[in-house]
Amino acid sequence: MSQELKDIAQNADPANVATINFGPTHPSTHGIFQNILKVDGEKIISSEQTVGYIHRAFEKLAERRPYNQITPITDRLNYCSSPINNIGWEMTVEKLIGVDIPKRVQYMRVIIMELARIADHLICNSVIGVDAGALTSFFYPFSEREKIYELYEELSGARLTTNMGRIGGFERDFTPVFHQKLKSFLKTFPKAFEEFDSMLARNRIFMDRTKGAGPISAERALSYSFSGPNLRAAGVDYDVRAMNPYSSYEDFDFIIPVGVNGDTYDRFMVRQEEIRQSLRIIEQAYQNLPEGDYKADLPDFYLPPKADVYNNMEALIYHFKIVMGETELPVGEVYHAVEGGNGELGYYLISDGGRTPYRLQFRRPCFIYYQAYPEMIKGMPISDAVLTLSSINVIAGELDA
Amino acid sequence: MGKIEELETINGEGYQLTTLDKAIALARANSVWPLPFATSCCGIEFMATMGSAYDLSRFGMERMSFTPRQADLLIVAGTISKKLGPVLKRVYEQMAEPKWVLSVGACACSGGIFDTYSVLQGIDRIIPVDVYVPGCPPRPEQIIEGVMNIHELVKKESSRRRYSDEYKHLMSSYQIEIEQHGDAK
Amino acid sequence: MEMQNNQDFLAAIQAQFGADVLAHDIAFDILNIEITPSQIHLVIEWLQQHPTLNVNYLTNIAGIHYPESAGREFAVVYQLHSWKNNIRLRIKGYLPKENLHIATVTDLFAGANWMERETYDFFGICFDGHPDLRRILNMEDMDYFPMRKEYVLEDATREDKDDRFFGRNNNEL
Repeated sequence: MSQELKDIAQNADPANVATINFGPTHPSTHGIFQNILKVDGEKIISSEQTVGYIHRAFEKLAERRPYNQITPITDRLNYCSSPINNIGWEMTVEKLIGVDIPKRVQYMRVIIMELARIADHLICNSVIGVDAGALTSFFYPFSEREKIYELYEELSGARLTTNMGRIGGFERDFTPVFHQKLKSFLKTFPKAFEEFDSMLARNRIFMDRTKGAGPISAERALSYSFSGPNLRAAGVDYDVRAMNPYSSYEDFDFIIPVGVNGDTYDRFMVRQEEIRQSLRIIEQAYQNLPEGDYKADLPDFYLPPKADVYNNMEALIYHFKIVMGETELPVGEVYHAVEGGNGELGYYLISDGGRTPYRLQFRRPCFIYYQAYPEMIKGMPISDAVLTLSSINVIAGELDA
Repeated sequence: MGKIEELETINGEGYQLTTLDKAIALARANSVWPLPFATSCCGIEFMATMGSAYDLSRFGMERMSFTPRQADLLIVAGTISKKLGPVLKRVYEQMAEPKWVLSVGACACSGGIFDTYSVLQGIDRIIPVDVYVPGCPPRPEQIIEGVMNIHELVKKESSRRRYSDEYKHLMSSYQIEIEQHGDAK
Repeated sequence: MEMQNNQDFLAAIQAQFGADVLAHDIAFDILNIEITPSQIHLVIEWLQQHPTLNVNYLTNIAGIHYPESAGREFAVVYQLHSWKNNIRLRIKGYLPKENLHIATVTDLFAGANWMERETYDFFGICFDGHPDLRRILNMEDMDYFPMRKEYVLEDATREDKDDRFFGRNNNEL
């Protein structure tokens, strides 16, 4: 930390220090977390956080539910990009079972996950604009997000908390309407996105507001176990898609954008560039989408078609076993990480062979990097603290689980 | 001058005769200032409802008030945990009369899928709720329908409601103190 | 520098800490090592400073409750990641329920702060030397540790759900 910031903390006159409550209900805390700030005038000297206002006990809840019923819970972790959470969980179970997933399923998963990443980053960046006072730039991306929601609906039936996919693949193939909507999305989105970008990225006022707000150095970010766009904005190019590729990410050609000083402007620009890269990945995946089945051959976990259940004895038995949770699962411990919208989202699953996990722990990136927030805002004025909070993209569902 | 169509009136040449309650209620209904108390996933659907595709501002609800003092409608969207309960109650108590509460989403209505030790099983355990919108999350169309039901309630509400015995009994059943100013007859 | 693999890591740790490596195995490509709890801080520090092993990233800290294993009821699992070698490993320490104390690693990794608070909040494992060990996700005045297996998921004081309809007697979990 620079000498100037240390001086601010030490030279603060105790008589001038005020304690301000920033949250839990505040227009800019998107989600509920409380920060009690000690300020000298406008400069923040120290802050103390309280989280847990939406603690819903996911880990305890997961110990009660059979494996296919845990997917709806994972939706509600980072609900801005729920398909990534769903697919990450399904991959964890598939790793435990040890099953080969067809190439088509892997490419379909990549398309859906990158769409989710675009949706997540669009919310974060438009909300940074709102907190800086630019409300118009909030409405433009939101109408693009509606198109992404329509794509989710074609495949899974829901807009936000999608419960996307099954263990072994997807519940249905890409419908003709999905193909048509995806093609039109790929044609119209880049232009709409550049419009949004042109409003903020080189906007003099926005740049003045966000440059230098809430910086963090790469060493401190690593020590705090940062991951995702926040770490990349600090200059470290760690991306789970490149480090431990999953679901055929090694087939695609994309760059990993990094920033320089880890301040709000860098985080904004890293996310903007990641949206462009995600679009590139979707185009590559869609053009090379292989033929094949939309699910693996996994009768122990994947429900058979209903017509077979009524006519075929084996299908009936499988259906019964899956729904009642009588399938035998291997015993073991597995850790699987995917690159979520906010960083490395990990699932640490311990199975004792029973129908529910013995222990399931979610490695939630938001929880881990939010602890660095007091250090990031030390010495900043309160308005910069507000912008920093919205730029690190803390999603309350992932923070508290 | 045109005739206000929505108001039940006795009309004449260039005038409309109605009761003050109805006129005030109409004005209130078309300019509700909401306080979005958005905690989780339903909050994102609420943001989508505010966006241009579903556009809540056509119903006069464009101006979000994040301070309870100036808000009319408390929209609780998302899970409320026991830790957040006192905060929610405080926010409700700080709102000025008349106020309404819209509970959006299964978690706010009844705890939703989270029947756990840390989640409040429905906000109506701590504050009185006017309209419940079920769903997980509810589609923006459903949220708009909830809002329109609130508008119906607002149009019918008497401006003397806060002095009625029924209201006082309701508030005391939630242990909420109400301030009485002026003549409380 | 050539990249080390799981076997190299295991060999190096066994060479340095011999007697304290109580068990090890490799499952799903990840090396799991069980170390005596009092030495875990030393092991992680050594791994972090080692020139070739270079474990620079703490992925996660988890607690697990095994009520049936006497003397080893609680496990603390440190998931670590070495980027230069692209190797993930898990260091486990088992603690008896009478003595739930283990040294903190917040001096090595700043991110361990909240991870340890969460483990304390859920299981009651005390991390000695932690700057601010108190509950983080649950309410401050909660008097039990909810993730332990003896406690039920639902709120114990709810009165509107009848256990009989859910197939549970009050004695079973």
